[in-house]
Amino acid sequence: MAESHGAPARATAEPDSQTVDVSAMPRVLRRIAAEAVRLEPARVALAVAASLAAAVASLSLPRLFGRAVNEAQRLLGIASRTTAAAHATALHASGAGADTLRAAALAHQARHVLLLSAALVIAATATRGVMTMTANYQAEYVSQKVAYQYRLDFFRQLQRLSFSFHDRVHSGDLITRGMLDLEGARSFIQNGLLTALTMILLVSIAAWMMIATDPVMAALGLAFTPLASVVLARMGFLLRVTWMQVQRLMSVLTLTMEENLQGIRVVRAFAARRFELAKFDEAANAALVYSYRRIVLRLRAVSAMTLSFYGAMGLLLWYGGARVAAGTMTAGRLTEFLTYMTLLQSPIRQIAMIVAAAARATTSGSRLFEILDLEPAIADRPGAKDLAIGADVLRFEHVDFAYDPGAPVLRDISFQVAAGQTLGIVGPPGSGKSTIANLVPRFYDVTGGRVTIDGQDVREVTLASLRSHVGLVQQEAFLFDATVTNNVAYADPWAEDARIVQAARTAQIHDYVAGLPGAYETRVGERGVALSGGQRQRLSIARGVVPGPGVMIFDDSTAAIDAVTEKKVRDALGEATATKATIIIAHRLSSLMHADEIIVLEAGRIVERGTHDDLLSLGGEYADLYALQTRADQGLSIADARLRRKLAETGA
Amino acid sequence: MTDIAAAAPPRRRNANLGTPDDEDIFAAFDTRIIGRFYAFLKPHQAMLLGAQAAVLVSSLTSVATPWLIGTIVNAAVARDAAGVQRLLLVFAGLVSLNAASNFCDQWLTSRLAQRVIFDVRRAMFAHFQDVALTFMDKTHVGRIMSRLQGDVNALQEFLESSTGALGDVTTLFGYAVVLLWMDWRLGLLTLATIPALIVVRAFWLPYSKATFRRARDASSVASGALAENINGVRTVQETRREAMNFELYEEKARENLHAQAASAWLAQIMTPTVDVLTGAAIAFIIVVGGDEVLGGSLAVGVLVTFILSVQRFFEPVRLLSMQYTVMQRAMAAGHRIFEVLDVPVTIADKPGAVDLEGVEPTVVLDHVTFGYAPGRPVLHDISLTVKPRQVVALVGPTGSGKTSITALVHRFYETGEGRVLVGGHDVRDVTLESLGRMVGMVLQDPFLFSGTVEENIRYNTAGADRETVVAAARAVSAHDFIMRLPQGYDTPLGQRGRNLSLGQRQLLSFARALTADPKILILDEATANIDSFTEQAIQRALRVLFAGRTCLVIAHRLATVRDADQIIVLRDGRIVEQGPHDALVALGGLYARLYASSHGSFDDLADGAAQTT
Repeated sequence: MAESHGAPARATAEPDSQTVDVSAMPRVLRRIAAEAVRLEPARVALAVAASLAAAVASLSLPRLFGRAVNEAQRLLGIASRTTAAAHATALHASGAGADTLRAAALAHQARHVLLLSAALVIAATATRGVMTMTANYQAEYVSQKVAYQYRLDFFRQLQRLSFSFHDRVHSGDLITRGMLDLEGARSFIQNGLLTALTMILLVSIAAWMMIATDPVMAALGLAFTPLASVVLARMGFLLRVTWMQVQRLMSVLTLTMEENLQGIRVVRAFAARRFELAKFDEAANAALVYSYRRIVLRLRAVSAMTLSFYGAMGLLLWYGGARVAAGTMTAGRLTEFLTYMTLLQSPIRQIAMIVAAAARATTSGSRLFEILDLEPAIADRPGAKDLAIGADVLRFEHVDFAYDPGAPVLRDISFQVAAGQTLGIVGPPGSGKSTIANLVPRFYDVTGGRVTIDGQDVREVTLASLRSHVGLVQQEAFLFDATVTNNVAYADPWAEDARIVQAARTAQIHDYVAGLPGAYETRVGERGVALSGGQRQRLSIARGVVPGPGVMIFDDSTAAIDAVTEKKVRDALGEATATKATIIIAHRLSSLMHADEIIVLEAGRIVERGTHDDLLSLGGEYADLYALQTRADQGLSIADARLRRKLAETGA
Repeated sequence: MTDIAAAAPPRRRNANLGTPDDEDIFAAFDTRIIGRFYAFLKPHQAMLLGAQAAVLVSSLTSVATPWLIGTIVNAAVARDAAGVQRLLLVFAGLVSLNAASNFCDQWLTSRLAQRVIFDVRRAMFAHFQDVALTFMDKTHVGRIMSRLQGDVNALQEFLESSTGALGDVTTLFGYAVVLLWMDWRLGLLTLATIPALIVVRAFWLPYSKATFRRARDASSVASGALAENINGVRTVQETRREAMNFELYEEKARENLHAQAASAWLAQIMTPTVDVLTGAAIAFIIVVGGDEVLGGSLAVGVLVTFILSVQRFFEPVRLLSMQYTVMQRAMAAGHRIFEVLDVPVTIADKPGAVDLEGVEPTVVLDHVTFGYAPGRPVLHDISLTVKPRQVVALVGPTGSGKTSITALVHRFYETGEGRVLVGGHDVRDVTLESLGRMVGMVLQDPFLFSGTVEENIRYNTAGADRETVVAAARAVSAHDFIMRLPQGYDTPLGQRGRNLSLGQRQLLSFARALTADPKILILDEATANIDSFTEQAIQRALRVLFAGRTCLVIAHRLATVRDADQIIVLRDGRIVEQGPHDALVALGGLYARLYASSHGSFDDLADGAAQTT
């Protein structure tokens, strides 16, 4: 699936029972199983072998018990005969000794058999225990290994997916997929696959042994299986539909809570406690309804299973009891069958669990694979070469761009910036300024024309070489929960201290950082010291400067810095980037009026271009803006400024 | 945390991806926590009792089943066909009762568990609405969410299995009684295996605690790293950190794998132990029981019952030992949950707090001294008065205390010394709800919620219809750009309104404040430079917002400052100058210097004019 087309279902998308893909279950589950086999074939084989051994050990128990009961019954017979013989001896006083002797020999023999049975029982249960443990441990290990692999795949994939993907998908949704859904898929290996394997082994070996022993009794004992399969198939389907709803509603609830906490100041400012609680209750109650439905579904299936199982047991008792009573079957045989049934009881109870795990794994697995299967829209072309660095001429050639087909954002943009030159870009919001910035390091691909650096199309070179050559500083600076040093050196963790300090000086943040309690080792970011918007921006400028890229782009990255400091930043940057091609996007004209060329964008087109002086004398949008931003005109509208200019012109 | 920076060649820096939950306390059984859970169960007592009754019935019936089967076998051995038939009817009744009670138990328990976790989550969520902002300020949202989600979910397993545990205990005792009653010597033999189990557990426990803890930490570190990388994915791609972050993440994922495997190993050790003990008990019964049968003191049916019962007897033992792990986890989670619920609510309605109704919209600070940490005041002896419908601008370098003043008026924090009066009432004597209605606030960061444009403008103003919303949007010049959005007022906003520019978000937050129509408005002007086009709209919108309202404005824009009725200049938490624009310029003090040096804006002055001049 191509990333640009297959938008993953939003957390809020409504799944509909009509459209549940029936083939998804086998497909997703097979994929999880195949991954397990691929990663750990030896451990999977060991787990299967151990379950088989455990099942065999387990199923040898009924035979042993049956034999023990039969022996006991024989002993009982002997005992009663011995007693009878003793009575006889008392009456006739002859020939009793031989009887007693024979009885004693038989008793000795029977005791021997009992001891043997006991020893075998211990051996069988010990085997069962050790084998069950082995199977469970290996299955758990395999499942964790699969989770490990999926975790890495997911992490890598998110780093590869382009900005347009991250624009569409809420970060909370991705976190849910990477944590809860991954866990849902993982737990299926143990709760689903291994349990199912054990159950299938137990039921089929038991069925085989029962049939070999007594086909009629076996048929009665297994009478519950057809009903069970129907119930389970139905439940599996309904449960999956319900799971999807639960998951969807839970992410609505999560979003509600998360936003409340992030926006807690707004909530407090509006005294919106009650409103927010109502929002919470609405989301929670909706989720609760489906949680209840899930419970009922599961229980209905479990109850149906239990009842049909007990029904089969009743049939067995009725028929077996009649035959034992009629003398055509030994009590040992009946015990054997009853023990088979007891052994089957708990795996059969687990069937519902297996189906539930499978339903959950299908839902979760689909959500996970949906991301893993996306083809990153932006990736190295086959045979892409590293960017060859030369004179650093950045060129846009008739570039068109649209985020969505049919809604062009940039139209026919052409410009050129050579090393040591600066290009300024101004324009109203939505005119496409940031888009231009994002096209250079190829965070998006152009839809028409091309972007080249030293004559090489950015789509033809490797992303790694391209992006290490282009430094982009964004307006909203994301800082990591780490020290100043680690944040500044983020792009080049091997940078020497001197370079970090130099970058901080260039960004005019060194003095502030040096004054912090831990200086460069002070924690910033979410849990660190609170920085003002301007300070964050300056840190992010320092971060952009450290790797020393050939092309620097500042996307409104000084907006929150005061004019005086910004001037200093600009001067320092001028020195630091003297040999680089620089693009400055800003609203404040003083930030870019020194540029070698300034382009004015409107609705994705270049409407004016030239140097500051050219543009002023042109008397268009730029001149109006400039008039507006000089102090005397603060508080005046553009219309006022135009009027004033007209008056001045006519007056002159 | 496993910091690998030291081991790496040259000096590799490791902007850390997720740290373990340092404040985790791994508690075992804690009666205090159990007691507090009970408070959540109490409202659903009827359900709880019902579930317990159902559990009792279902365990007793399941204990009786093997006994009944044994009796049927005995009857069959005795060639009593009629007896077998009769007993089969009893069997049918018994198993139906068992299935029905089982259903009731599970249904009630699972429902109860769901209900209770939602109640717990709601209680925590509601508590977060009440605790002081000082607490919220220093607490990571991700961490709170992990308590609201992860820890609360950890309770689910415990709650769902807790009545099951009661059933297990009942079953265990039931079997013990049945076994002892049928044959006390065989019964005692079976029970003799229990102490062996206890000894094994005693050795197992300390290892398991440490190992389970390691697994928990490892998983929370890995999750934290994933979350941070997702949130910062743009920066990661911009700075080409993909390979290195992947390497760091892989180490965490691998540690998690090992930790999980180790804890799985420990959890599994109990399986063969219980199995071997079951086997031993059955072997005893076969040998000794066989002897008794030989002695004529034991019926075959009893032997059958014993063999069936012993197998089931150990099932609850195994379940209970698994239950212990679940409980341990639940206790740790409970601890973290109650830690949240125990954060004291320092700002709440006083008993007898009055509603602020029909008062003159004035704001007075009367000799206020205030600090976030004891002994470190950020405001010193501040006194100021805002008269009805007056606009007062607060100006000063970063850290001079402007935001603290506005926060005190809304009673986000409690004053140290002095009083804050709104409408003549001390803010501590009025209800928070009415204070919130009286005092509106526009924050610097225009936080928007998920939902449509309209829903955001109407936020918390339930009575506002579409016309009111549109009128507000028009008044603040937001209508035009809203209409240009794909679905107008019904356009859903992206995460935090990412599909809008900062200026547009600002305008929406103005419309939101206007819809709420407070008598007093506190406004923290955005520091960032907004494009001049939107800036125009914002300046117009501000005039609309200020009209007819008492306003306290943290001003960064020259135009806003100049138009204010009064300007208060702050520095280091003290008022240094006060008066209208012209008077202050004439004074030639700090304000005049700020005014002279700033190019249309007063922002970020800490590093600018305030120090250089």
